[in-house]
Amino acid sequence: MKKLILSLSMLSFIVLSVVASANEGSDTLEFKTDAQRSQYQQLTEELRCPKCQNQNIADSNAPIAKDLRNEVHRLILEGDDADQIVDFMVERYGNFVVYKPKFDPSTYLLWLGPAIIALIGLIIVVLSARKKRKEESTDSAVLSQEEKNQLSHILSEDEK
Amino acid sequence: MKRVLLFLPLIIAAAIGVILFWGLGNDPTKLDSARIDDPLPLFSLPSLQNPERLLSQEDVKGKVSLLNVWATWCPSCRVEHPYLLKIAKQYGVPVIGLNYKDERESAKNWLVQLGNPYLFNIFDEKGKLGLDLGVYGAPETYIVDKKGIVRYRHVGVVDEQVWKSILEPRIKQYSKQG
Repeated sequence: MKKLILSLSMLSFIVLSVVASANEGSDTLEFKTDAQRSQYQQLTEELRCPKCQNQNIADSNAPIAKDLRNEVHRLILEGDDADQIVDFMVERYGNFVVYKPKFDPSTYLLWLGPAIIALIGLIIVVLSARKKRKEESTDSAVLSQEEKNQLSHILSEDEK
Repeated sequence: MKRVLLFLPLIIAAAIGVILFWGLGNDPTKLDSARIDDPLPLFSLPSLQNPERLLSQEDVKGKVSLLNVWATWCPSCRVEHPYLLKIAKQYGVPVIGLNYKDERESAKNWLVQLGNPYLFNIFDEKGKLGLDLGVYGAPETYIVDKKGIVRYRHVGVVDEQVWKSILEPRIKQYSKQG
């Protein structure tokens, strides 16, 4: 019985220390309100880590990502809104750090490009469809004077 | 006219090919600094060697200089260190150190052991100036002009090739300007 208790307490000790070490890596940040916490979560998911380029700063373990998370935390506590924080990051790390870049002259092409290409495609389709319909209608229904003469000539030959 | 239009897809495909081929040669881990052509961020940080002495952006003005971001925990910094010594001694370009998120004692030891190419070192323990500057990994080397405006950033090791083909020509160019 004593042995069982001993081994159980050993086990719980191991489990607890594993849990504790797993928590060690994550940030334990304090927020005044839940709104601030969710703002923090949203922003760290939308900002891209400049070092480990295919991760957002929430997912990345790079030291720079940690620094940026701390900075987001600090700015939120200072009362900055999301736009101000994104501007702060872009000012330092360029448009690279935002997965959703701002709509400004340097990104017009990026934002409008797909729409423009779709529009051009649509225009081409409409124009070519119209042209085709026009050709078809002139081909089938309306005959020129010369064609009419030819037709009547052929028909009259058949009658002979 | 119609015949020419038939070649349009080929032309577009070729253009995309050229763009993609050009993209192959680019290193995606090297980002353009957002600070280019901006003045250095304002700062007030102690000197590495002399904690009493506060340094500011004013100390980085006057001459075209290299601002080198380094730390003792950064292996590539050790690789480029001999070349920084050469730049400072042989080419006479002022090299200013930004000791980034480091420990003061280990940084001082490093300079004693490996030699000191730096005019002075800004001790940025928390990485505050690094963050304001947009540093995302050491080593990084910036060209700062006479007026304290950031002109260029090189990410990675500075060696003979980087110095000859990138840094030296730019330093000469900015030295000529007023």
